[in-house]
Amino acid sequence: MNPIARLFGWAALVFGLLYFFIPLTGLVEFSLKARRGVYSLDAYAKVIGDPEFQATFGYSVLMALVTIVIGVLIVVPTAFWVRLKMPWARPYVEFITLLPLVIPAIVIVFGYIRLYNTSSWLPMTGSVMGTNILLAFGYTVLALPYMYRAVDTGLRTIDVATLTEAAQSLGAGWGTILGRIILPNVLVAVLSGAFLTFAIVIGEFTLAALLDRPAFGPYLQRIGANKPYEPFALAVISFGITWACMGLIQLVTRFSKHTRAQN
Amino acid sequence: MAFLEISHLEKSFGANRVVKDFNLDVDKGEFISLLGPSGCGKTTVLRMVAGFENPSSGAIRIGGTDLVGKRPNQRNIGMVFQAYALFPNLTVAENVGFGLKIKGAPRAEIDRRVAEMLALIGLPDLGGRYPFQLSGGQQQRVALARALAPKPQVLLLDEPLSALDAKVRVSLRNEIRAIQRELGITTIFVTHDQEEALSISDRIVVMNGGIADQVGTPFEIYNRPSTRFVAHFVGQLNVFSTDGAGNLAGVQLGAGRDFAARPEALHLGRAPGTDIVLPARISEVHFLGSVIRLTADAAGARVSLDTFNRPDVPPPAIGTDVELSLSSRDLIPLG
Amino acid sequence: MTPATPAPGTRPPRRLPLTWLGILPFLIFVTLFLILPTAHIVIGAFQDRSGAFTLQNIRDLNTGTIPSSYWISVKISVASAALGCLIGFAMAAAVTFGAVPRWIKAPLMTFSGVASNFAGVPLAFAFLATFGPVGLVTVFLRNNFGIVLQRDLGFNILSFWGLTITYLFFQIPLMILIITPALEGLRREWREAAEVLGATGTQYWRMIALPILFPSLLGTFALLFANAFGAVATAIALTGSSLNIVPIQLYAQIRGDVLGNPNLGYAMAFGMIVVTAIANLIYIWLRIRAERWLK
Repeated sequence: MNPIARLFGWAALVFGLLYFFIPLTGLVEFSLKARRGVYSLDAYAKVIGDPEFQATFGYSVLMALVTIVIGVLIVVPTAFWVRLKMPWARPYVEFITLLPLVIPAIVIVFGYIRLYNTSSWLPMTGSVMGTNILLAFGYTVLALPYMYRAVDTGLRTIDVATLTEAAQSLGAGWGTILGRIILPNVLVAVLSGAFLTFAIVIGEFTLAALLDRPAFGPYLQRIGANKPYEPFALAVISFGITWACMGLIQLVTRFSKHTRAQN
Repeated sequence: MAFLEISHLEKSFGANRVVKDFNLDVDKGEFISLLGPSGCGKTTVLRMVAGFENPSSGAIRIGGTDLVGKRPNQRNIGMVFQAYALFPNLTVAENVGFGLKIKGAPRAEIDRRVAEMLALIGLPDLGGRYPFQLSGGQQQRVALARALAPKPQVLLLDEPLSALDAKVRVSLRNEIRAIQRELGITTIFVTHDQEEALSISDRIVVMNGGIADQVGTPFEIYNRPSTRFVAHFVGQLNVFSTDGAGNLAGVQLGAGRDFAARPEALHLGRAPGTDIVLPARISEVHFLGSVIRLTADAAGARVSLDTFNRPDVPPPAIGTDVELSLSSRDLIPLG
Repeated sequence: MTPATPAPGTRPPRRLPLTWLGILPFLIFVTLFLILPTAHIVIGAFQDRSGAFTLQNIRDLNTGTIPSSYWISVKISVASAALGCLIGFAMAAAVTFGAVPRWIKAPLMTFSGVASNFAGVPLAFAFLATFGPVGLVTVFLRNNFGIVLQRDLGFNILSFWGLTITYLFFQIPLMILIITPALEGLRREWREAAEVLGATGTQYWRMIALPILFPSLLGTFALLFANAFGAVATAIALTGSSLNIVPIQLYAQIRGDVLGNPNLGYAMAFGMIVVTAIANLIYIWLRIRAERWLK
């Protein structure tokens, strides 16, 4: 490695790290400035004590969990079935699952509002429950690329056909095969997808705002326009949540490697 | 003066001395093999000649010019790698012409040379294919053509056959040798396969622990190994210990030493010209075609011997008591 | 135990026509919540209020502030995708090819996973807290060097460059995450083979490494482009409605029909799909061309 390349490498790395850490430092520093002249956790105390924070945050957590359940129920059987019985369809299914990366979320939710409004054949936005369900489905669509990829990668590492045949020869039905053979084997992949979904949903703004649901993302935006320091404390908290989700992904991945090495 | 001179070459990675005082003179047009187990330093020597590693000390000269300190792209050396290192984004013809294109050769000259090289390796019609469309053996031949196209001073082959299956390995090694003879190019071939080294080299360097144990023709290496390591690493070996007085089956050989005999030096029955006779019992019979390899218990050791297959003489059955004879001149004293 | 062959009299298995039933739930789901809503927008873009076919909505895209909002959106997306690719590539190359110590790689990848998902409203706050009027860097520069960002450097967080550098915060890590495996796929022997054949480092990169990486680079660029083009939350939280980009205009239209014509809103959304689709079609086309040498 010649010295110029080395210097260039260090320069790129240092630049990138400054790029990442200066805004985070700025954010944390600002969130601590609620009391004049000294650093304090006042902004955090105010935020956490705000009943609206508790309500919206709870709502988003619940939404994230519902999204994860719907996502797993749709993605795992599909990815499994495509691998087992329809390998020719894999590129097409994969293409569909990648569409949400190309079609902006705002366009999709625009479609929901017009397609499922009170005067349509499926008036989902007509009731609170219907809108909640629509939002959860929308989140599932947003998470689809990540969830499908994670599960499909997980399935690649196990021999789906042999496991299925072995289970069938022992008398297992499809439910048993999926729930007790396939799912445990791709659990790490499913968990990775789940944490990623959680990180995406918890602070999501566009869908929740346009469907007018009391989620954490719109609350964050509204408070950002009205309060001086609280929004920054909230941003630190949501960064912490993202970090925790990624940390958990690392943890389950490492844990699975560990157990696999022991076997 | 030799064409390629490697003198007092040393290489350490940290505290680990990988190559120790390595010396080798190679004549122009010679085919030299570096033979040894993995980790013996043979590949490191090759990579120092290519310029990928810098020697800790010592000199490498080609035609009197010291190469140490020159970058690999200034050395005019051809190299073939173990895993097919063809550029996947270039066609066969573009791969072969790569070196000439870098040198700035005119288009017509590149085309002519590429055609010549593809004919040489026997793949004249595959110029338009991409590497993934070729078999392993074909890829390695293209890699050879690519290395030879810019007319390098020295050709380096880093275990070029080890990724191929057995049949292709034998045919390609003969082809490599034929092409090398035809072009008269000075070649260093690294391998861990003794049969490969014995069959195609002018001379072999047997390496062990970073040291060149012995340098010699295949005939010398096989028949007169100078160290115990060389004797064991190259070919099959039967080891005999003499008794306290230095005798083996009543023949005085020398006290406190072990002696070795190749399987083909042992004879079934008393053969003319032999002076040592050992009673033995046959324990295994392997029919290999032209040769029959027998394993027998003799003089407290398990020995193997080769006899030619003769249609009128069936091999002895397992458990038969026989006599084995050998000539003390065929014994290799082990250090 | 199921018998290997069906007993006489039982129905022979009709495997082929029924196989696709296994993915029926998936198909229904994506049809209802991905395909139909998108199709509704696309069709609506070509209908007038009474539902008759018209091209008027598409023509109307060329009125008022709409063309300029598309233009600035495309510019921000291209700039943040291009810079993201460039910086992310340099960082990934630095950790992959050993310009910096090896142990840096694992934490960098983890951090990239976090940062690439740290978008939306919180990200906007982070940059406001740093480059905003009373932000960390703004105040630091003013107090220590007497430089006022907006006055002396013409920099404003609520602007083209402000939004671009904010987007880079998730674009760079996304590039690192995607391109690192591709860089690891470059084999050492390719570089060494090129070197002994006389190539310099630059020639190796130009003739071998970059052509091999080309499809991955392009794909990532297209993805980063779409990522920035569709970003709504960051832009709204950062600039309110002061910056005239497509997602913000569409957002306002959906909330309050500010264009006074719902079908023009469809046309704007359709335009967004067209732009990201073009970016991806260019990518697919170039990728097919570049991958002649792949299986």
